[in-house]
Formats: sequence, structure tokens, C-alpha cells
Amino acid sequence: MGKAMLEVKNLKTKYITRFHEDVYAVDGVSFTIEEGKSLGIAGESGCGKSTLALSMMGYYFPPLHYMSGDIIIDGKNISGMDPDTVRKTILGTEIAYIPQAAMNALNPTQKIIRFIEDVVHAHDPKKDKKEIREMAEKRFAELGLPAEALNKHAVELSGGMKQRTVIAVSTILNPKVLIADEPSSALDVTSQKMVIKMMRELMEKGYIKSMLFITHELPLLYNVTDDIMVMYAGQLVEKGTAEQMVFDPVHPYSHGLMKSILVPEEGTRGQKLTAIPGAPPNLKRPPDGCRFAARCKYAKPECRYSAIPEREFEGNRMYRCLMGVDELREVYGDE
Amino acid sequence: MSDQVREQKDFTNAPLCLSGKGVTKIFGFGNKKTVAVDHVDFEFHEGEFVSIVGESGSGKTTLSKMLLGLSNATEGEIFFQGKPRDISSGRKKREYWKGIQAIFQDPFSSFNTFQKIDTVLLDCIHMRGGKNLSKEEKFNMMTEACHFVNLEFKELTNKYPFELSGGQMQRLMIARIFLLKPKILLADEPTSMVDACSRATILDMLLNLRDEIGMTVIFITHDIGLAYYISDTVYIMEHGKFVEYGKADEVILNPKAAYTKRLISDVPKIHEEWDLSTVDLMA
Repeated sequence: MGKAMLEVKNLKTKYITRFHEDVYAVDGVSFTIEEGKSLGIAGESGCGKSTLALSMMGYYFPPLHYMSGDIIIDGKNISGMDPDTVRKTILGTEIAYIPQAAMNALNPTQKIIRFIEDVVHAHDPKKDKKEIREMAEKRFAELGLPAEALNKHAVELSGGMKQRTVIAVSTILNPKVLIADEPSSALDVTSQKMVIKMMRELMEKGYIKSMLFITHELPLLYNVTDDIMVMYAGQLVEKGTAEQMVFDPVHPYSHGLMKSILVPEEGTRGQKLTAIPGAPPNLKRPPDGCRFAARCKYAKPECRYSAIPEREFEGNRMYRCLMGVDELREVYGDE
Repeated sequence: MSDQVREQKDFTNAPLCLSGKGVTKIFGFGNKKTVAVDHVDFEFHEGEFVSIVGESGSGKTTLSKMLLGLSNATEGEIFFQGKPRDISSGRKKREYWKGIQAIFQDPFSSFNTFQKIDTVLLDCIHMRGGKNLSKEEKFNMMTEACHFVNLEFKELTNKYPFELSGGQMQRLMIARIFLLKPKILLADEPTSMVDACSRATILDMLLNLRDEIGMTVIFITHDIGLAYYISDTVYIMEHGKFVEYGKADEVILNPKAAYTKRLISDVPKIHEEWDLSTVDLMA
């Protein structure tokens, strides 16, 4: 086992709405990413994927609030730190974040080089501008971005180019963990491939030590990450390697998700896609028992009452269901 | 997965629904001339599920706007049910729109914010000449339409569209189409802003519309995997031209044009290796 780069232990965070209601968006999530590994998070809209990414940065601002749990980056616990310290010492060097709308993350009135200066100066105010430019040019050349882009404004770049620039800027200080929240969902397939290739290169060259990749595109996740976790209603429901999760999902929710995969391969045409009926539960009042019970085909009465613990099986895998692994596999086989 | 496989139907002898000859759109003139759509010919038959696939900037949306009559073609002519399309006056345009309707990419901006959902659906009934129906009949029609898209009309009354989620809004859009029953439905990337789970539901509904009402569906997308799954015929568009077209099986399993091959290789797959070396980052 490699060295753990990011460890999250029983993390709980909530949103407080303006009517003073609590929304438990991340409810007891634990996982570990080892050095050189990437982890993917899958799930439908509103299941807490993006909130988990925000919570992991330790950078809390209302309406998001920290409740309990530990976030340990390379042996250093950052949970409960005050946001200003987090911004000065953690963001950029320990953990970097690419938001969902990275295309709009660039200020249209400034040149790209200014963002890099900003990032570097936040951690090292005395650094020379010339040095920063040299550093940026070197990094851009290595990642296949033209050096002219540094002197351009954001509006002069195309969508895919903007996204790649944002990634290059946010990883300029070699962060230990990169959190990418749907970095390619607004791009077409060709630009998406370029973004993915660039992120792979960052990993291979050792600029980032580990990566957390969030998306709902499962074929993409399968090709990019080593491990996949499936999240539902603020909790993890299943965890395993990419191979295991795509070809042998155990939890009924992951099984349903994997059925919505669309790829241009022989034999997929005309197959009936089966969507999971219903909508995720309201997280203001999460259900007592299994959170998926209301939408689950195989739910039994006891599913609705007792809280379901995470159960480990086959070494590294985990799932959260009352039914046994063999029992579930048998049910899927019968369909 | 179930073994229920849709057959590949042959549409070559079906009556023409929408066709075009030499349709061109040019923006600007002189040095700044951009040819967005370049002399394209197409034939969409009745009951056919057609996909138009291309990258961003290949002219898909410009073509769809011309098909809808929202912008005029610079050159060429579009035929609706075999006759040249006439949309020279407002009245004729409205008449044409009874035959063709659209679903757009962004569900959040497709609805009038000030109208309640009841009004949205009632308008559709009125457009189909249902003005003199009794209240009960209208209510039943609206309930049926909502049932078709797995929504409960009772829960939607007196709500505004922005109170729904993206997937629900997109489904409500399909409920509108169900009430209007146009000859052609033009769907411009209807699933790119919803997650994979709702996407399956929406695709299923589009297929049901085709099967139950016999609508022609023109589906515009950049995702070739999706086009392969859903369509009978695929048109591949590059820089305003159709580089390849034909039956979905033929085009996607045996692509001839280099562009099609590249599009297919760019999509992440699960049974084959995804080759990242083909990408040139400097391009």
C-alpha cells in the first residue's frame, strides 16, 4: 500500500438555508486516496458530489458549514482550520480545485499571466515577476499549451483551451491533491479528450500526487480513474476499482447507474435503457433506514427502519445494503 | 441488460417529411465571410429518428434554426412534406410551427418565467384547436400528457417552471410536445444539461413519442454514442457539410470518413482501450 495522500474520516457537513433549516449534504463519508492514485465519484445530480469536493478543501463559507470529521492531507489535519489560514497555506500548494464552471472562472479583464502571479504571490509575496513568467512558460510548454496564451485575455481562448488553462494555473504550485469537479462536461468530445490527456500528464510527471475526479459520465470515469465510489443522498453506497464497479456493481443503485452507460460499440444499439424511477430524497429530513429504499426494486420492509452500515467484502470493496453480495448478484443474473 | 433490441427499419420508401437541397447559410461578407452551413442536401422521412452529429462549431445549431424557420437560408430551399416551405408571413410561419416543434438544450430558459405550468400546457391545447373543450376534458388531456412523462399533474398545478429540477423541466417540455403532436420534433442537445440517469428517461420518452405518435425526430448531439443508441439514420457534420450519412449501424460500426473515425475514437468506451495518444495538445 502506498502512502495515503488524502484521508477523509467520517466527514459531515451541512448547508444552513435562509429559513434556518439544515440540509445534510455530506453525511459520514470516509475514504483514502494513495499517492499516485486517482479516485472517481459518480452519482446523479443532487447527491452531494460537489458539496463533498467543496467540503474537502476545508474552505467553508456560508451556507456551507463544517460539522465533524477529519480531512488529512499528507499527514496534516486541516479540518476545523479557519478559512483565511486555509486559503493562505492549503489552497494551491496542498489541494487545488477545478470548479464545474471553470470556463467562467477567469476574470475577463485580466491576462492569463496575472492569474498565475496571483496564485504564486498568495504563497510567496516576494517572488519576482520575471521568475514567475519563466516558470509559467516552462509549465505551459510541458503541458502542450502555447506560450502566447499567457498574454491573452480569457475571451480570446476557446472553451477547451480555457479549461486547460484553468487546470494549468491551479496546479502551478504542484498541489498534492487535485479535485476536479466535472471538468469536461461542458466540452465536446475532442476537447474533453485533450483535457483528460493533460490531467494524465500532470499525474505522470508528478506535478500532482493524487486526483479526485467527479463526473456523472461513467465511461469517462472508467477510463480516467483507478477506483470509483458511488454516492447517493450524501453517503457512499459502493466503493471498488473501476473494473469491478463497471462490470460487477453490487449495490442496486450502482447497478442502475451502470445500466445508463451509452457507448458507440457494437451491440449497444436498440438495447433498452432502464432508468431508475423517482428522485433522490430530501436531505433536510433524510430517511431513517436505507436512503435508496424508496426507489429500490428489491427493497424489503426492514430496509426502511434500520440504518445500514458500510459492509466490506472481497478485500478492498465496500457497499451499503442489507442484502448479501451473492444474493444481489443472483437477483441481477435473473433479470 | 434486456435482450429487447430495436430493429433497424428501412425508411427509404417512407414519404418525405422534411428535405432540403443546397441549403447554405453565410454570415458576414467580404473578408469576414463565414460559411456556417455549406450546400447540404438531406431527406428526413416520416417516422424516422435522425441524428445530426458534429463538434462544437460544425454548424448543427445554425442548420436547426433554418429548419425551424427562425433564420432564413442564404441559398437553397427546404421542402416540407414534399412542397416548398413558405414562411414569408407571420401567419404562414405559425401554420408551419404547428408541424414542427423543438426542444432546446437549456430547460431553464425554455419557459416563460411568469407563466404557471397550467398555462403552459393549456396554451398547447388551445393551439391544437381545443379552445371549446370543457374544463374537465382539458384537465384530462393535461393529466395524460404529464403521465406520459412520469410527472403528476396534480402536484404541478399552481407551480412555476423554475420550481422544478432541470430533468423535470425537460420532461415538461416533452409533455408540451405530446399535447401539440407536431409532425416533426427537433431536439437540439436536449440531454446535455441533465445527468446520465435522467438522460436515459428522456431518451426513452423521445422514442415513445416516435413510436406512439409517428413523429419524425431530428436529434442534434455531439455525443456519437448517444446517436448510435437512439437513431435510425445518422448524419455526420463537419465544417457545415455532411461528410457521411446513412444507417446508424453502417456509419458508426464501419465509418468511412476520417472525421467520423476521429469522433468515434474520441468517445471514452468501456470494452475497448481508449487511445489518448491520438490527441495533439498543440493543435
